[in-house]
Amino acid sequence: MIEKNLVIIGGGPAGLAAAKSAYDCGEKDILILEREHELGGILNQCIHNGFGLHTFKEELTGPEYAQRYIDEVLKRNIPYKLQSTVIDISNDKVVTYVNAMDGLVQVKAKAIILACGCRERPRGAINIAGMRGAGVFSAGTAQKLVNIEGYLPGKEVVILGSGDIGLIMARRMTFEGAHVKAVVELMPYSSGLNRNIVQCLNDFNIPLMFSHTVVDIKGKDRVEGVVIAEVDEKLRPKLETSQYIPCDTLLLSVGLLPENELAKNAQVQLSPVTGGAEVDDTMMTSVEGIFQCGNVLHVHDLVDFVSQESENAGACAVRYINEGAEKCSQVAIKCIKGVRYCVPHKLNCDGNYQPLNFKMRVGNVYKKVELTVTADGVKVFGKKRPVVAPGEMESITLNSDQVKQLKNAKEIVISLEGGQQ
Amino acid sequence: MKDVIIIGSGVIGSGIARELSRFDADIVVLEKGNDVSVGTSKANSGIVHAGFDAKTGSAKAKYNVMGNKMFDELSKTLDFPFRRNGSMVLCFDEAQMDDLKALYNKGIANGVEKLSILTGDEARKLEPHISDKVVACLLAETGGIVSPYEMNIAYAENAAANGVKFEFLKNVVSIDKIDGGFEVKCEDGTSYSGKVVVNCAGVHSDDINNMVCPEKINVWARKGDYILMDKTCGYLADHTLFQLPTKMGKGVLVTPTTHGNILIGPTAVDTEDKEDVNTSIEELNNVFDKASLTVPELSRRTIITQFAGLRAHAECDDFIIGESSVEGFFNVAGIESPGLSACPAIAVDVAGKVATKLNLKNKSNFIEKRQGIPHFATMSNTERQKLIDANPLFGKIVCRCEVVTEGEIVSAIRRPVGAKDLDGVKRRTRAGMGRCQAGFCTARVMQILARELNEDMQDITKCGGHSNIVEGRTK
Amino acid sequence: MIKEMICISCPMGCHLTVDATDINDIKVTGNTCPRGVIYAKNEIIAPKRMVTGSVRVMGGTIPMVSVKTREAIPKQLIFDCLEQFKGVQLQAPVHIGDVVIPNVAGCGVDVIATKEIEKA
Repeated sequence: MIEKNLVIIGGGPAGLAAAKSAYDCGEKDILILEREHELGGILNQCIHNGFGLHTFKEELTGPEYAQRYIDEVLKRNIPYKLQSTVIDISNDKVVTYVNAMDGLVQVKAKAIILACGCRERPRGAINIAGMRGAGVFSAGTAQKLVNIEGYLPGKEVVILGSGDIGLIMARRMTFEGAHVKAVVELMPYSSGLNRNIVQCLNDFNIPLMFSHTVVDIKGKDRVEGVVIAEVDEKLRPKLETSQYIPCDTLLLSVGLLPENELAKNAQVQLSPVTGGAEVDDTMMTSVEGIFQCGNVLHVHDLVDFVSQESENAGACAVRYINEGAEKCSQVAIKCIKGVRYCVPHKLNCDGNYQPLNFKMRVGNVYKKVELTVTADGVKVFGKKRPVVAPGEMESITLNSDQVKQLKNAKEIVISLEGGQQ
Repeated sequence: MKDVIIIGSGVIGSGIARELSRFDADIVVLEKGNDVSVGTSKANSGIVHAGFDAKTGSAKAKYNVMGNKMFDELSKTLDFPFRRNGSMVLCFDEAQMDDLKALYNKGIANGVEKLSILTGDEARKLEPHISDKVVACLLAETGGIVSPYEMNIAYAENAAANGVKFEFLKNVVSIDKIDGGFEVKCEDGTSYSGKVVVNCAGVHSDDINNMVCPEKINVWARKGDYILMDKTCGYLADHTLFQLPTKMGKGVLVTPTTHGNILIGPTAVDTEDKEDVNTSIEELNNVFDKASLTVPELSRRTIITQFAGLRAHAECDDFIIGESSVEGFFNVAGIESPGLSACPAIAVDVAGKVATKLNLKNKSNFIEKRQGIPHFATMSNTERQKLIDANPLFGKIVCRCEVVTEGEIVSAIRRPVGAKDLDGVKRRTRAGMGRCQAGFCTARVMQILARELNEDMQDITKCGGHSNIVEGRTK
Repeated sequence: MIKEMICISCPMGCHLTVDATDINDIKVTGNTCPRGVIYAKNEIIAPKRMVTGSVRVMGGTIPMVSVKTREAIPKQLIFDCLEQFKGVQLQAPVHIGDVVIPNVAGCGVDVIATKEIEKA
């Protein structure tokens, strides 16, 4: 068994940013484990632009954004292993990975950062009946086939789900000569960015059908068409509204799920809301010395936020390696009235009153609301928002004074006040 | 002229081929699909029934009880997943206790061993997650579970290793009696002549029979929808849990699979189209609601996929097994549940009859054992290291959900009767069978298939025919 | 003429109200930053879009390299631009910023590579 101070699982945007920051905080004994043949993660297949406006003040494509961080890692000579898949993490921080060169390797780590991203919800998870042949893809799988491999999944396309990947793929498939017949969205609103609706759908006259879903997939060997129907307010399909759309491909963009099988092996406590770990303000999970950041923790809308969060995780992991864990009580953050969750989930009452960033998502579209944070019933922070939506992550940063109030409270509540749905 | 032509490479056709390959004979299996195990054998409950359900005295009862006893040894010899987990038939209503006892008595009459009736509390001791409403159950300790397609593949591989030829995309369109045997013509224009024809054509076994025999038979396709749940809810059931049939219907089962998932289903709907394996939302809801009566904790959030399978239900409501009135033409028709359980016994019996007919001699160099594909996911770390040392491809993980390596996928493709498409790889290695349902590994498995088969990515299919994954290059 | 539009300059997606009654004095409200004004004016006078895509690369670790127009190009030239992607075949290695197609569709903007591709 070899020993490492810090093992980072995942060489995508989260892992790279965590590594860079850990190194800059003085930790040199780092190992990044990446399962693909190159660093950069899913950004490599996100060849559209729109990344990095916050971080680099310019608009980059996915591969360009990834390369900025890859360069930082290379510059610092941080060791990494490619095509190396972690198959187990134990509660006492032994990481087991395999690759073709080294075989099966066990690494005893002082700290682990889980930065292994998320995966797409498949067809099975949303119960669409019908044929079982070829032609049904999750949008990310199609994206990889088109952008990395250079193959066109189909020519006549229907997309279910108007999340950003679905919208981006609508334009991508159009660019590659396919005819995108419709984007069908179960909810009465899109979880994607407005700009993507404009530049990916409206620009090419692709219809976006809200409150609709796919109820049947027709065909034998390959998809020949889909039946879509309107849904009622309880999201149940109204079969009398069914209509048939001939197509050879159905792309699914129906949500992302943090990939937490490894965390489960290590008995990390997970949040039923996010599917990621429950972390404190040092990004540490319920297992001492195991940290999480990026999409494995909760699904982000902007990679800039992933980088920011991961740099924090890297710094906190180094502090843990050097100083050990803070032995102190914790106060949980309660989310009510439209706020689905907040990361971090709890704060350490450790006397550290550095400014803190909080990320959260709301459960519905609300207009003219105030996002408030209270400590034992006293309002500590408020932020007026003209409109909030589930698709857009809310980010707030509290100053030292405010953090001090929270960390000395018995109950912290985040809620949406006023406004309407 | 071939000695034997077997039509169909489902578990029955492949099983008979394997048992016949003990003899010195020239055998060919004609399969309509792109692979073995692509019909009924791949989409069913995977249950090895104890044998209490079939009508006493029927062929179903006889072969079921015999077949059940053969699984322990057969699964070791041919290296396929099997577990004797025991079955329970749950009774939810005191008023039905007589029905439960009748089932027990039928089991005894059929020669089933290790049957007992338990109280509701005793049942819950064995299965803590079943409903409070269970008042009693029939426990059949000899019940088991098997991976049906892996059993099918194991049979086929061993048959091929012993000289049986498997021919694919051979849709039989006519069978004519010729001097000394039969001429079997296929849709692609090829034809085969053989002394004996064995009809193992599943839902199409009536069509095949009716090409030759004056005694017409009728086989319906009865469709059943299933739901497969994630391994994370595998703890919900250890035994196979049936529901005692009521006036409301037959009920559905909740069972663990040999790989640790939970499988629920099936429904039963007769369908005109014998290729129709589409699921329907009504049936799937039906499955889930009924299964929830057995295990109320089942959650829709843990569903990973749904599928449907067809059972070959003969009008006479029993297996049709043996030589027909046309000499040399053997039927193994109408093989529905408990066909999988009965399969080992049917295979030995039919092979014996054919061998006697043709006066075949035992082969001296018969290879009894088959070694399955190494299963990286369930190995110890020492075994894994050894495997990677011998072949670095076992250090490349392709399917992360099920932890399947490139080594396993390459082996699946290169073996006799190897995988030719994505589903073939999936059935042999489980790549793509996990919670992401091939989201991540599709492109990689396509590349490996293309490389190993020396084909273009564009020609790689999901399940043969026109099920190409991609429609062409982007540029 | 008053037009509602969503600014696509950044992920914020500001809802803009654009008064283009006088084409020489377009008034924009609802924007959070100056880019909103520029976007709105362009959208009225001559809409522009960034185009991203991929072209073939031979001898590299992967068969495609991602590319983009160095800046936004006239919207009506998007498909002309994409058509030109089809004819390109690069040789590995490729570096970020390499010019893949100079002056694409004659609009004065270059198409550049956005990914590092090493030799296989």
